[in-house]
Amino acid sequence: MNKSQHKQALLRLGDDALILGQRLGEWCGHAPALEEDIALTNIALDLIGQTQSYLSLAGSLHEDDTQTDDQLAFHRIERDFQNLLLVEQPNGDFGDTIVRQFLFDYYALFRAEHIASQVFDIDAAAIAAKAIKEIRYHADHSSKWVIRLGDGTDESHSRVQKSLNKLWKFTGEMFTVDEIDIVGAASGLLPDLDSIKTKWDSAINAVLKDATLKRPEDGWMQKGGRSGIHTESFGFLLAEMQSLPRAYPDATW
Amino acid sequence: MIQTVEQFDAYVAAEKKIEPKDWMPDGYRKTLIRQISQHAHSEVVGMLPEGNWITRAPSLQRKAILLAKVQDEAGHGLYLYSAAETLGVERSDLVDDLLSGKAKYSSIFNYPVLTWADIGAIGWLVDGAAILNQVPLCRCSYGPYSRSMIRVCKEESFHQRQGYSIMVELMKGNEAQREMAQDALNRWWWPSLMMFGPSDKDSEHSSQNMKWKIKRFTNDELRQRMVDMTVPQAECIGLKMPDKELKWNDETGHHDFGEIDWDEFYNVLAGNGPCNEERLAVRNKAHDDGAWVREAAVAYADKKKKTKG
Repeated sequence: MNKSQHKQALLRLGDDALILGQRLGEWCGHAPALEEDIALTNIALDLIGQTQSYLSLAGSLHEDDTQTDDQLAFHRIERDFQNLLLVEQPNGDFGDTIVRQFLFDYYALFRAEHIASQVFDIDAAAIAAKAIKEIRYHADHSSKWVIRLGDGTDESHSRVQKSLNKLWKFTGEMFTVDEIDIVGAASGLLPDLDSIKTKWDSAINAVLKDATLKRPEDGWMQKGGRSGIHTESFGFLLAEMQSLPRAYPDATW
Repeated sequence: MIQTVEQFDAYVAAEKKIEPKDWMPDGYRKTLIRQISQHAHSEVVGMLPEGNWITRAPSLQRKAILLAKVQDEAGHGLYLYSAAETLGVERSDLVDDLLSGKAKYSSIFNYPVLTWADIGAIGWLVDGAAILNQVPLCRCSYGPYSRSMIRVCKEESFHQRQGYSIMVELMKGNEAQREMAQDALNRWWWPSLMMFGPSDKDSEHSSQNMKWKIKRFTNDELRQRMVDMTVPQAECIGLKMPDKELKWNDETGHHDFGEIDWDEFYNVLAGNGPCNEERLAVRNKAHDDGAWVREAAVAYADKKKKTKG
């Protein structure tokens, strides 16, 4: 893996965390219960922390000057972001947010477990080792809510099943292998996505069973995030997130 | 054991803590429920104005700090609702009173948060004023309230420092940033002074609450402290206080300052502030939108209880 590919691999880790953290930040003060206001902001906070670490590391691999995490977060355009389409999906209702989180958490967990154990990039390994502790909580939180909503009332069951059906088409992208995944796996930095998929399937299936929810059929899968082709709502997310640093490009805060 | 008003008064006068199972006068209980729940509501509504800026924080570090701060506030809301529940009320009833508009919350949150510098001003001034109000409450005669305030105050002091640090950074920045900081101070200064409540001569609850050791200092004493504390902090970073009458008084050893616009104070309190309707509407929408989620959680817990039982 060359330096530019190495940087891209790290950008993907940072962008997934940043965009999901940004979405969760929108919930603040609007959650169904005070406990969930705390939980969702707490998860967002973990994700922004992971973002800072991964993007700083990615920026250190820039060809000329080092780029900072903030330059990467606030001064790239839509087409330069490489996060999964799943994490940028609008919050929807609480069920949509929880299902989005649940589908991502196990992918993020198994990916972090691999990264923590490799030696190609020991800085990335250290970041992932810290992130694992956080992601385990996230997965526990989202799984318990999927079960409560799935096995709660008729209304909650039908709503969360709809969320699952709606978001399922974004799960294929997590396991679609491209050039970065191939060279990343060859270097040892990135996991073999097939083996992650096996673990992910069994974790997801176990929770869905407890939740009395039906796993959707694998139909046509949407992809594009990893090559910078995003869904329409993504531009609005960036416009909001980047407004201040864009208005005052030389300012420090 | 406390059984009479005289015993209660003597106990409180001796600086001993009243605990949930102790006998207490109805007025004491009522006052505490009102004050603690208003305080909890203020934490919860207070998440909204700052929450608006989480998605627009200008750096990742500022975003992380603001997330941590707003999360603390939700946590304060939880401790305080729990403290109120020790007095024999239910959190859900207290929340209903907030949502119907029957219960009050701090009027400061009815002002709009227009720029990033407002986030600095809120931390510095609003949390600064809150600390001055709350530090004496750590010695409140009611045990659960006193203990929750000890924890709250530790976190609030971080909040105040992060707000001031935003202002410091802006004042070190370019002209637009400095103007943003001054503008925020101009708009937030007077509402922050209003946070200490009506002037002593018009305050209805003060004297009894002092006797019960719920309150330790009068509104005007705390307000004077706020002025004395803030003026040098503003000077230090080059901000100008928006009060032409403000000057140091050698004789009193305090700053003299201008008159608060009490007409504005009572109007915002009565619901006529710039954001009163909006804040309550947002809380109501969150509560209504989340009803199916709370119902599902209860239904699931009930199912599990049955299978266990």
